[in-house]
Amino acid sequence: MGTLMEIKNLTVRFYTDDGVVHAVNGISYSMDEGDTLGVVGESGCGKSVHALSIMRLIPSPPGRIEDGEIWFNGRDLLKVSESEMHKVRGAEIAMVFQDPMTSLNPVYTVGFQIMEALKLHQGMDDHQARERAAELLTMVGIPEARQRLDDYPHQFSGGMRQRAMIAMALSCNPKLLIADEPTTALDVTIQAQIVELVKRLQEQLGMAVMWITHDLGVVAGLAKKVNVMYAGYIVERGNVWDIYKRPRHPYTQGLLGSLPRLDEPPGTKLISIPGLPPDLIDLPPGCPFAARCVYAIDKCLEAMPPLEEADGADQHLVACWRWEYIAGREK
Amino acid sequence: MVAERVPLIQVRHLKKYFPITRGLIIQRHVGDIKAVDDVSFDIYKGETLGLVGETGSGKTTVGRTILRLYEPTDGQVLFDGVDLFRLKGEEMRRMRRRMQMIFQDPYASLNPRMTVGSIIAEPLEVHGVAHGREKTERVQELLRLVGLNPYFVNRYPHEFSGGQRQRIGIARALALNPDFIVCDEPISSLDVSIQAQVVNLLEDLQERLGLTYLFIAHDLSMVRHISDRMAVMYLGKIVELTDRDEIYLNPLHPYTQALMSAVPVPDPEVEEKRQRIILEGDIPSPANPPKGCNFNTRCPVAMDVCFEEEPEFREVKPGHWVACHRV
Ligand SMILES: Nc1ncnc2c1ncn2[C@@H]1O[C@H](COP(=O)(O)OP(=O)(O)OP(=O)(O)O)[C@@H](O)[C@H]1O
Ligand SMILES: Nc1ncnc2c1ncn2[C@@H]1O[C@H](COP(=O)(O)OP(=O)(O)OP(=O)(O)O)[C@@H](O)[C@H]1O
Ligand code: SF4
Ligand SMILES: [Mg+2]
Ligand SMILES: [Mg+2]
Repeated sequence: MGTLMEIKNLTVRFYTDDGVVHAVNGISYSMDEGDTLGVVGESGCGKSVHALSIMRLIPSPPGRIEDGEIWFNGRDLLKVSESEMHKVRGAEIAMVFQDPMTSLNPVYTVGFQIMEALKLHQGMDDHQARERAAELLTMVGIPEARQRLDDYPHQFSGGMRQRAMIAMALSCNPKLLIADEPTTALDVTIQAQIVELVKRLQEQLGMAVMWITHDLGVVAGLAKKVNVMYAGYIVERGNVWDIYKRPRHPYTQGLLGSLPRLDEPPGTKLISIPGLPPDLIDLPPGCPFAARCVYAIDKCLEAMPPLEEADGADQHLVACWRWEYIAGREK
Repeated sequence: MVAERVPLIQVRHLKKYFPITRGLIIQRHVGDIKAVDDVSFDIYKGETLGLVGETGSGKTTVGRTILRLYEPTDGQVLFDGVDLFRLKGEEMRRMRRRMQMIFQDPYASLNPRMTVGSIIAEPLEVHGVAHGREKTERVQELLRLVGLNPYFVNRYPHEFSGGQRQRIGIARALALNPDFIVCDEPISSLDVSIQAQVVNLLEDLQERLGLTYLFIAHDLSMVRHISDRMAVMYLGKIVELTDRDEIYLNPLHPYTQALMSAVPVPDPEVEEKRQRIILEGDIPSPANPPKGCNFNTRCPVAMDVCFEEEPEFREVKPGHWVACHRV
């Protein structure tokens, strides 16, 4: 499969009254066509900011994309004109957010909003747009879709709103769907419905999906590749099996160890990670995890480790000075 | 689990309805939200009973009604054999010391204008159990107990992280040496790496102080981790209750089965092999629950009788309670 997107050295900062927030600190990775990427990490580690940068939706001021390139379909999105970018957002990359009410307008019917998108981006007339909107709502599993077109967002349940958002995102057959915590506010049985829906649509339509979440469980069942983020860095990246079965970064190991599993045997103890994530305004010079890391040595406090290949495994990358030592200890 | 199982809490046919009213000047009572609709269960001394269920299923209302923070609509709660709903004034006040609650939102539940010291000391003052030097020492002891530096007494809540604030809430709940604590989503607002810190603290305190918990949360894996037994709520009713292993290995209610199958496990090997039961549709409104079994609108195995008669919550094998016609 061909490369769909390549991000190089993306760096994003926010200039606030309290100081400069180092939200994304030079991340690089690429995504293949039709791929499924999970982006995981705790609150504030830069997941959403990195995704909004791809869409060029960073509020500025206070935000600024300081550096980097985002290659998508043969051009650097950070260089194209705003009108070109507008087309990209409508037709090539679509995004679904955690809270559908931030993107659904409460004063218009759901159908009207989907139809507007279709008319704008696909040049459909009223009749075509209405037909297509009903088709899309049916595709995302809303019963009696034709009648529901005339409902207002508040007449939909949380799960149905999220489905409507997905329908709207799909209206333009995007090559990449970015889902930013699309199920975090939903109950687990409804979450399962949405995850199944996205998997099915991905198979049908062949689009690539980026799924942003702090829920490592969802990603395990959904993603092929995973980026683990911490303090604006990608600290580990690999295919889903390597990340969950052979995590090499102490933070990834810590996260997995601190998670309860539904299938855990009795008497299992959670191993918590001590301390707190660093302040992004006052980032320490070395490895951002050093203050919480049991393996940290002086070098870790001085310089940021590069993201390098671990285990010689295909595309399993880790940013830790001591990963080889730590991996050796496990054997 | 505790060797001899003595119930600390016995809940019988508990109901809590919230009235729905219409009209601005003269409010007419037009119906009820049946937030909790006839639930019965025990909580044994020293155990953790986990309570799970989807949003609006009535978990918080159960916890608050047991503590009489809500007046019950009907039913009975025995606390150490004493009928709580018959206690008045001073008797209830004394009983209150033995039961506490920890809340979901450590931000909203702490008064921002009070220092940490006075927040923790407040229950001691209200109940007149410690003064002066003794009070100060007790506050410092409580801070140490929850893993905070006693040096923090003069700081304000906004100076702390979410996890630390939750520890302050726990210290306050422990001030009066309670026997029973309702933990209502105590970790939902915390970061993943911090959740384990707080859960480990709760487990550790339970062991050291012999506490009994009702632990309410959405996160089934976490509830299963901390609980001895688990109860599953759906639309104001408990549909299944049994111990943590049985409910995972042998769930009997179709809703519990779907719920267990829907919880993702952070392991691609397990996820690859799992069969999910995907439920259709949404939860009906508790103002207008379906007739018969209230799960019948989403149940994959409903029969005719499920649309007519409400299934009885009964013990189908020792210690395993379920409300389903199919079982
Ligand atoms: N508009 C803004 N102004 C100032 N700082 C911002 C702004 N948006 C984001 N940030 C900061 O950038 C950092 C990264 O935020 P981001 O939203 O990407 O985190 P996240 O990983 O998506 O977290 P969550 O899981 O909570 O959604 C945070 O420290 C955040 O406070
Ligand atoms: N004070 C109140 N007045 C009126 N209705 C209420 C009140 N408190 C709760 N309810 C209703 O009772 C039902 C049960 O609510 P409850 O808060 O107990 O659910 P829950 O299981 O704790 O949900 P969540 O997981 O979202 O916290 C809901 O329909 C809710 O809207
Ligand atoms: S670089 Fe050092 S501090 Fe950072 S994770 Fe590796 S061992 Fe720990
Ligand atoms: Mg985010
Ligand atoms: Mg609640």
